[in-house]
Amino acid sequence: MLRYTIRRLIQLVGVVLVLSLLLFAWLRALPGGPVSALLGERATPESRAALTKQLGLDQPIIVQYFKFLGRAASGDFGVSNGVQPGDSAMEIFLQRFPATIELSFSALLIAIALGIPLGYLAAKRRGSWFDNMSVIGSLIGVAIPVFFLAYVLKDNFSHLLGLPSIGRQNGDIGATRVTGFFVLDGLLTREFDASWDALKHLILPAMALATIPFAVIFRITRAAVLEVLDEDFVRTAESKGLTAPVIRRRHVLRNAMLPVVTTIGLQTGALLSGAVLTEKVFAFPGVGEALALGFERRDYPVLLLLLIMAAIVYVLVNLLVDLSYALIDPRIRTR
Amino acid sequence: MTLGVTKKEKIDALAENVGVSLAASAWKRLRRSPVFLIGATIIGIFVVLSLLSPWLAPHDPADPMLIKQVVKARNEIPPPQPGHPLGGDLQGRDFLSRMLVGSQQTLIVGVGATLIGLTGGLILGTLAGAIGGWVDSVVMRFVDVMLSLPALLLAFSIAAMFAHPSQFSVILAISIVQIPVFARLLRGSMLAQRASDHVLAATALGVKRGSIVFRHMLPNSLGPVIVQSTLVLATAIIEAAALSFLGLGNPDDRIPEWGQMLGDVQKVFDTHPHLAAYPAICIIIVALGFTLMGETLREALDPKNRR
Repeated sequence: MLRYTIRRLIQLVGVVLVLSLLLFAWLRALPGGPVSALLGERATPESRAALTKQLGLDQPIIVQYFKFLGRAASGDFGVSNGVQPGDSAMEIFLQRFPATIELSFSALLIAIALGIPLGYLAAKRRGSWFDNMSVIGSLIGVAIPVFFLAYVLKDNFSHLLGLPSIGRQNGDIGATRVTGFFVLDGLLTREFDASWDALKHLILPAMALATIPFAVIFRITRAAVLEVLDEDFVRTAESKGLTAPVIRRRHVLRNAMLPVVTTIGLQTGALLSGAVLTEKVFAFPGVGEALALGFERRDYPVLLLLLIMAAIVYVLVNLLVDLSYALIDPRIRTR
Repeated sequence: MTLGVTKKEKIDALAENVGVSLAASAWKRLRRSPVFLIGATIIGIFVVLSLLSPWLAPHDPADPMLIKQVVKARNEIPPPQPGHPLGGDLQGRDFLSRMLVGSQQTLIVGVGATLIGLTGGLILGTLAGAIGGWVDSVVMRFVDVMLSLPALLLAFSIAAMFAHPSQFSVILAISIVQIPVFARLLRGSMLAQRASDHVLAATALGVKRGSIVFRHMLPNSLGPVIVQSTLVLATAIIEAAALSFLGLGNPDDRIPEWGQMLGDVQKVFDTHPHLAAYPAICIIIVALGFTLMGETLREALDPKNRR
C-alpha cells in the first residue's frame, strides 16, 4: 500500500511537470506574449526589445522554463495583470482557494446526499413511474449548460427563497478572516451572523454546481444497485431471513459502492470546470471566478498557476479514490 | 428467442440465432426500444431542419432589419410581430431565422468536433494497442498528461491559445480534449483483442500483421468507440456554449450557432430571458437526443444483454 502510494505520487510529480512545461511553452508561444500584455499593442520596438531582454525572454525556452521552475519552487509565479492587477498570482490563489473548496464541497454533499438514496430507490422500483421519471430527469440534468441553469436559479429563485443573488465581493465577508473558509470563519470567531450570511450566499451556486455530479452519481448508483440486486448472495441473504435494512446496508449498498466512489472522484473534474462557470455567474470570489476572468482578460501568470493547481487537485483526488478501493473492497490488493 | 412447436419451426428459430452478429442483434433490439426511437426522432428532426435551414429561414440571419426598434438606452428590443414571430435580437436581426440557421452551425460544431477527436483517438489508440512496447508507453504517458486536467478546463485553455478565435478554434478546442478518451477506449479493447483466440488463429495462419490489425482487431474494437462518439456529440454542443460564455467562442456572429447565441446574451439574461431560453432549450433537447441514442446503443452493444 505504501509503496503503491509512493509510486503514484512520483507519477503525479512527473505528469504535473510535463503539464507545466506544456502550459509554459503555450504561454510563451502566444502572439506577443507577456511583453504585449505588459506594454500594450502600441509599444515601440525599442522598448519591447528592452523589456524582452530584461525579462530574459530572449533566452532559449528550456532555459526560461528552468528559471521559471526555480522561481515557482519558492512560490513565485509572477504578478497578475488582469484578474487583480498588481497582486501576485500565488496571493490570488491562496486568497480564493478556500472559497472554492467550500463551494465544491457543498455541491458534492448535495449531489451525494440526493444521488445515492434516489439511485437506490429507483433501482428498487425498476420500471416504475418514479424510476422512469428520475432517469429522464438525470439525463436532462447532464444536458443543461451549467451557466444557463445558474442564471435561471439566480434570476428566478433568489427572490422566491429570500436568498442573495450575487456573491460577496472579495474580503467583504463580515467576519474576521481566519482560515479563508467563509462559513467556518464565522463559526470560529463566533460571528454567527456572518456564517449564516455566508451559507445563504453558498446555497444557489452550490445547487447549480451540484446538478451534473448529482445526475451522474444517481445513474451510476442505480446501475450498480441493479447489478448487485441480481446477485446470488442477495437472494441467499433474503432466504436466510436477514432483515431488509441489513441486506440493504451490508450486502447491496456496500457492494454497489465501488463504481459510485470512482464516479465521485471523477466528478471533481466536473466540479472544477463547473466552478469556473458557476462562480462567474454568481460573482463568487473563488478560484473559478479568477480562472474565468483570467481567460477573458488573458492573465497568463494567474492562468498558469491556477491550471497547474487544478491539475494537482484533480490527480490527487483520483489517487485518494484509488486508495479508498482497498478500504471498501478487501478483495482488492494494491500492488 | 422463442422456440417453435413443430420441428421445422424449431430449426427456423435456431437458424435465426446462428450467425447473427452482435451488430445485427443489437440493431434488432434497438428497433424495438422506445427510448432509442425517441432519441433517433429528435436527432432526425434536428438534422433535417439544419440541412434545410438556409431555405426555411424567412430572413437573412445577419441582416439588422429591425434595428430601428432597438433602443439601447431603454434596453428595448423588437417584440414579436407579423413576419417576425419571435421578434428580433439585440442587433435587430430576425430571431427565428437566427434560431433556424443556428441549428446548422450547431450540427457542424458537434459533428466536426466528434470527427476530429475520433480520428485523433483512433490513430493514437491503434498505435498503442497494436504495436505495444515503447510506443504504447509514450502514447499512454501523453494521454495521462492530457487527462490530468479536467476536460472542460483543458478545452478552455486550448481555446485561449488562439489570438483570433473562430468557429474552427472552438471545434478544435472541444475535439482535442476528446482524443485521450477515445485513445484509451480503443487501446483497452485492442489489448483485449490481442489476447483473443481469433487473433491467435490468424497469426498462426500467417496473416500479415497489418491486416490482422485492420481487418481483425480494429473492427471488433469499435463498439465502445461508437457509443462514445454519440455521447461526445452531446457534450460538444454544450461545451461550445460554455466557451462562448467565457468569451473564448467565435466572435463573428453573422452566421449564428446556438451555443454562441446562448453565451453571448449573458448581460441581458435578466431583462430578455427568452433570448437565452430558446437556444438553451434547443441545446438541451438535442443533447438529450444524442444521449438517449448513445445510452441505448451502449446497452444494445453490451454482449451481456444479448439474448
